Amino acid sequence: MSLIFILADFAGEKCTKTTAELATAAARAGSVTAIVLAAPSAGAAMAASVKQGPIANVLVVESADFATYGVAAAADAIAQIIAQKSPNALLVASHAFGKEVAGRVAVATDSGIITDAVDVAADLTATQLVFGGSTTVHSKVSKGVSVITVRPNSVEADLSEASPAVENLSLTISETAKLATTTSSTPPVKGGRPELTEAQVVVSGGRGTNGDFTAVESFADSLGAAVGASRAATDAGWYPHSHQVGQTGKTVSPQLYVACGISGAIQHRAGMQTSKTIAVINKDPEAPIFDLADFGVVGDLFAVLPQATQGVTAQKS
Amino acid sequence: MKIAVCVKQVPDSWAEKKMVNGVLDREGVDAVLNDLDEYAVEEALRIVEAHGGNEEGAPNSVTIISMGPERATDAIRKALSMGANDAILISDVALAGSDALATSKVLAEVIKTGGFDLVICGTESTDARMSVVPAMLAQRLSWAQLTFASSVSVDPAANSITISRTTEAGVDAITAKLPAVVSVVEKINEPRYPSFKGIMAAKKKTIESRDLATVGVSAEAAWSLVADSAPRPPRAAGVKITDDGNGGSELVKFLAEKKFI
Repeated sequence: MSLIFILADFAGEKCTKTTAELATAAARAGSVTAIVLAAPSAGAAMAASVKQGPIANVLVVESADFATYGVAAAADAIAQIIAQKSPNALLVASHAFGKEVAGRVAVATDSGIITDAVDVAADLTATQLVFGGSTTVHSKVSKGVSVITVRPNSVEADLSEASPAVENLSLTISETAKLATTTSSTPPVKGGRPELTEAQVVVSGGRGTNGDFTAVESFADSLGAAVGASRAATDAGWYPHSHQVGQTGKTVSPQLYVACGISGAIQHRAGMQTSKTIAVINKDPEAPIFDLADFGVVGDLFAVLPQATQGVTAQKS
Repeated sequence: MKIAVCVKQVPDSWAEKKMVNGVLDREGVDAVLNDLDEYAVEEALRIVEAHGGNEEGAPNSVTIISMGPERATDAIRKALSMGANDAILISDVALAGSDALATSKVLAEVIKTGGFDLVICGTESTDARMSVVPAMLAQRLSWAQLTFASSVSVDPAANSITISRTTEAGVDAITAKLPAVVSVVEKINEPRYPSFKGIMAAKKKTIESRDLATVGVSAEAAWSLVADSAPRPPRAAGVKITDDGNGGSELVKFLAEKKFI
């Protein structure tokens, strides 16, 4: 039977749902082992938090080097584990850290890599949505271990209870992985809103806001949504670049995307058109964004949004 | 200090893209310097300007390195017109359709022999969007990796570099001895527009062309293969109403039907 490794995904020392998603995809191809990279004496608690998904084994490596040397140390440890255990594939979450780790592991093990998969089949064929979601591509690694990064929220997670066998592994991080030192770490500032790329609902504003995002933010808060912005809005300095949705910004694929005062240039569509349901508010009935809309309102967002916010709040109470 | 900036010519991010025979069709679209690489060029120029400049006779230089077809010289000229000194273009028919592994292998080989102290990249290209090449370069070169930088400061006397790494996981301060590979995020700076003088000067700057044999890398079988690709079907047409004073309520009704409330 094939042996599939996943890199367990953590927020602090708590295992995330992404881990169960990776395990679910991996289990189609073989028996799943989750790698847990932990700080000294944190391994047992972290391994114990790997509770959901079809996971047969957990491999725990403890080292102070993971916090100090980041991506390079994680990749070095995983490459060593791969050399010892010879799995058929490694699945990693597709975020900045996961993709960089995967990239270094692919080089270190002379393996092929596929990033941003939205699905992985039993024969390790990966499905990607490229060019801003306009094209579906199926591809397969043809050399070494199949290193695949999988986008969070893409695979329906099997959340059944896991009771994996835990193995502790001790290894020494290579000197070449200790060249860049992390001297301080600040967790992301939680503005009370969910992270853009992980949110179930995203409400975005564009040129039509004229720089006033209060209506967009209020509506987002009524739905517990993340706030996004078009490039026009971030370039104008109306909203931080980190919230830009589009070709040069973040790619989001939430259950619901609400585009407010956004015309829908390809630049923006590329970042959101794989959203499950799309609602649009725009003054211009000819705006191309309406082509994507499941529900479109031709109107002024400063009239429509406050009414909608009130409506949502009333329904919830 | 010798800085290399890796850039890529990509289809304009405002244009539609499609696949032909398993690779991106690059012929039918306008090709431009990858938006996100402009921040890397700008950051390199700011670093050398803070430490004695890169004019002739100055202690610093900025070299643009790119892999791509011959016509990628257009994107390279843009970077040169911003103020970089010279450029190396690796062009070879055997490299068509290369993925990040092949690209990083070729770039690393060129960087290795160039005597550089620092390599700066954008975080990703707007076409493939893998954002793994900088990490792969660091791995191949066994150089320090300082990626997703929202600020960079270099201390040539101490031969050291410090960045703020900004990702969804938070902000980390990371420091290392040179040589190092850096990638910069979009908000790090405001790239300059090439001046008329810069554009004229760029025409006289050297773009050295190298093929695979010159670089000293042999073409390898692909590390991954595309089985098939297809445009996704257009979304089914939805409901479109005009706000008559009840648009907000209608929207709420739709969201409730779909169980979002």
